[in-house]
Amino acid sequence: MPLAVELEGVSFGYRLGQRVLERVDLRLGEGEFVAVAGPNGGGKTTLVRLVLGLERPSEGRALLYGEPAHRFSRRRSLGYLAQRSVLGGEAPATVREVVAAGRLATGGLIGPLRRRDHELVRQAILRVGLEEHADDPLRTLSGGMQQRAFIAKALAGEPSLLVLDEPTTGVDAESQESLAVLLDELHSELGVTIVYVSHEFGAVESFVQRLVLVRRTIVFDGAPHELPGVWHDPSHVHARQ
Amino acid sequence: MLDSEFMRLALAAGVVVGILAPAVGFFLVQRRQSLMGDGIGHVAFAGVAAGILLDVAPVLTALVAAVLGGIAIELLRARGGTAGDRALALVFYTGIALGVVLISAAGALNVDLFQYLFGSILTVTRGDVLLITVLGAAGLAIVGLLYRPLAAVVIDEEGARVAGVPIGALNIAVAALAAVTVALSMRVVGILLVAALMVLPVSAAERVAWSMRSTLALAMVIGLASAVLGLTVSYYADLPPGGTIVLVAAGTTAACAFAGSVRGR
Repeated sequence: MPLAVELEGVSFGYRLGQRVLERVDLRLGEGEFVAVAGPNGGGKTTLVRLVLGLERPSEGRALLYGEPAHRFSRRRSLGYLAQRSVLGGEAPATVREVVAAGRLATGGLIGPLRRRDHELVRQAILRVGLEEHADDPLRTLSGGMQQRAFIAKALAGEPSLLVLDEPTTGVDAESQESLAVLLDELHSELGVTIVYVSHEFGAVESFVQRLVLVRRTIVFDGAPHELPGVWHDPSHVHARQ
Repeated sequence: MLDSEFMRLALAAGVVVGILAPAVGFFLVQRRQSLMGDGIGHVAFAGVAAGILLDVAPVLTALVAAVLGGIAIELLRARGGTAGDRALALVFYTGIALGVVLISAAGALNVDLFQYLFGSILTVTRGDVLLITVLGAAGLAIVGLLYRPLAAVVIDEEGARVAGVPIGALNIAVAALAAVTVALSMRVVGILLVAALMVLPVSAAERVAWSMRSTLALAMVIGLASAVLGLTVSYYADLPPGGTIVLVAAGTTAACAFAGSVRGR
């Protein structure tokens, strides 16, 4: 299977002498749906930033589709859902305006959107089930709906790799479930490689093929059912039930 | 009122600045950099002082200083590892201190600084109006041209960065636009009030608008109306124009906040 992401002996620190990640080896194939989990402060977001080329490894190398991640030439093929705290959920944008922002890299930086761009925006909104709210201001919607809008934004760019960083933070259990089902559909119907990063993976456990646990380095990499029972996330609604 | 040449010129300058300031301020407010206009204004004061010292038109030196200050704030924020508010404070205080020192060196502490600090729209010349119109139109054209990428950065800066959008260049463009706006608005509302015209119409529009585009359009209408109404009131009531324009904008903000709360926003 061709590789979408390849981390080889990657170590990283934001300051000299600091090690947020140590000797990480990770290979994600094209078309995989992978959950990356671990405790808060364990290095998950740093791992994401290295994968996306937003940071460069202190040691080792990070590749995206075979190219150095920080110099990746096909950035338009990357979809990224950042943590909600850094998304402009308070901007006075409607769902349609948010999703249209996803056509920026592909549709061109300057000038109005073309007919095809508008069509892809409409399809992305339809796919996440927000067509009735397309012209509603984002800030009037629930946390789960806002996340769907940002996923639609990522989809509008027709990504081959979709990375979601803590997409369920502040989202109720029911919305977490429907988000997981949506991601499963995107994976199976569109063949998008999905990296789902969260401190709790219960919502997607039954959908992902692979689970990677990060705690400064990779402490588990395998199928979810192979995970020792004691490591299962007790905070998720299923575990409580 | 329009029989007077000085009022026609004042209205022309007010109209351009009234539209431009909220158009640029919109992107500052959405990125939570509302005070950037204030910071740049203080650097512009150093530019005015340098102009007096060097016997060069203070508006031009203010323009250069404002652009350099705006870019410095952005670079400090983005690349120096300095938090936005600290970068702003550093440039803010350095600008005002440099201005006082330069004015003193020029032996011009007795010069009427009020026209720069609080505006002097009634003294604008045809040349001033031409400069304000040309640069203002260029600024609005750039906002129009870059609207989509600038809006995308407001909505999701990290997502845009990952997708390869040149965030650094766009941020520098916004800083430079803000600087030009400050320098042009100096004659209308003055250095100390310039940020108000960039922020208040946007805050007002946000409370009653229904989308990003409508917020921007409404903010420009409110800015324009504040400038025209403020000038008219100041003419008939014999009030200082800069302060009156900003008070009109502040009143509109309060009215929109009330309307927004009634509508449940």
